[in-house]
Amino acid sequence: MCEHLPREMHKNGKRIVETEVKMATQKLVPLTGDQAVAEAMRQIEPDVVAAYPITPQTEIVMNFSQFVADGKVQTELIPVESEHSAMSACVGSAAAGARTMTATSANGLALMWEIVYIAASTRLPIVMPVVNRALSGPINIHCDHSDTMGARDSGWLQVFSESAQEAYENTIVAIRIAEHKKILLPCMVCQDGFITSHAVEGIELFPDDKVKKFIGEYTIEHSLLDMDNPVTYGPIDLQDFYFEHKRQQAEAMKGALTIIPEVLAEFNKTFNRNHDLLEEYKLSDADIAIVATSSTAGTVKATIDELRKQGMKVGLLKPRFFRPFPKERFVKSLSNIKAIAVLDRSDSFSAQGGPWFSEIKAALYESKKQPLITNYIFGLGGRDIFPENIKKVYSDLEAIKKAGKVKSLVNYLGVRD
Amino acid sequence: MAKKKGWKEIPIGGLIDKGGTAKEYNTGSWRTFKPIVDQSKCINCLQCWIYCPDSSVIVKDGKMEGFDYEHCKGCGICASICPVKCIKMERE
Repeated sequence: MCEHLPREMHKNGKRIVETEVKMATQKLVPLTGDQAVAEAMRQIEPDVVAAYPITPQTEIVMNFSQFVADGKVQTELIPVESEHSAMSACVGSAAAGARTMTATSANGLALMWEIVYIAASTRLPIVMPVVNRALSGPINIHCDHSDTMGARDSGWLQVFSESAQEAYENTIVAIRIAEHKKILLPCMVCQDGFITSHAVEGIELFPDDKVKKFIGEYTIEHSLLDMDNPVTYGPIDLQDFYFEHKRQQAEAMKGALTIIPEVLAEFNKTFNRNHDLLEEYKLSDADIAIVATSSTAGTVKATIDELRKQGMKVGLLKPRFFRPFPKERFVKSLSNIKAIAVLDRSDSFSAQGGPWFSEIKAALYESKKQPLITNYIFGLGGRDIFPENIKKVYSDLEAIKKAGKVKSLVNYLGVRD
Repeated sequence: MAKKKGWKEIPIGGLIDKGGTAKEYNTGSWRTFKPIVDQSKCINCLQCWIYCPDSSVIVKDGKMEGFDYEHCKGCGICASICPVKCIKMERE
């Protein structure tokens, strides 16, 4: 089966070479992004999964339910009546000391909102694959990032996946990151709805035992069910201590910036990978660059390859983690670029651009060289983004570089006038 | 009053790492009306003890001995349920 790989496996920058070398020995299986994440969950074999189906996440829970029904995992699967209940069950389960997972999309995430914050502030390391979908309204089932971007201040870790392979790998490593004793924060593992979740890729699955060994056993210091040592989770916390607990949360997120690279290094060593907080693609000698995450990063890479042949010095910065926000890494990667376009697959309706743009621009305030920077909101509600759109952005950046100034700070890419 | 602990010294996530700590929390200060028992009329039926939502009725050897004013919030359920009306609610 290795001779006929899906084309997608070959166009993603540096990984191409590695993948080609490995092909002779590695077994690849055709899976969608949702199926790949379900496979990761099978290998993780959480103690409890409480979930409610919602497009385009449904296939994750559907496939995982099949693993439960077939006896391939011993997980306690709780089919709840809503996402609010799903996250509530997850909070109880995690507080009891069970390794706990769920999955959702868009309006499902919106419905669990109240408990999403409670999970983070109670410091329960729940891992939740989120298949990014436009948040209603108007109602829409296709990809954009308005769902998880809305939850950016909820205290969850957030990692974005470019491909199904990355979604699979991020799901596995997220367990170790979330459960790290110095972090103890829940983690959303994001992939693009339909574009990634429903498209078939050749996936390299790691051996089950290797995954199990990597993630290890989950142990909790204080179990809600330990009758000999009774504890209270989630008590009322008023003027006298609430602030202190929030301060702890802030510290955990800040500390995660140091700990995540350590866990990723161990993951990379174990599975022969090259994960980092963010990924540079042909950026070191680039004059102009795009910042784009998730599946769009793949489109940008393919476009870069084409434009580089024409002699254009173009590059990409693909952030992977949005929470915590790797500020210093952005400053390091982008300071020497002359003109930057940040692509946001959601709008903040702040009248000053999308969430990536706002935060990257703020980070660059600390750079001695402040590069010219502009923002493109794109792909809302699943609107396709084509190489032609990306070329337009690079051509705009060339003009900005020449003029030495940004005329339009926030732009809308691919929308009809 | 002892200095409250800082964020580095307390359990994370709002966890209370031992049981029975509600005892240390003085809810008596919430009270507007205070229950007063007239022991001469009390028949020790202990209805007040059964109905008190906060375990604030003190009972010793089967006899009603008064109230735990550290925790009684002054809801008045005891006065309402008392069959001989020996508990009255007085404004604090």
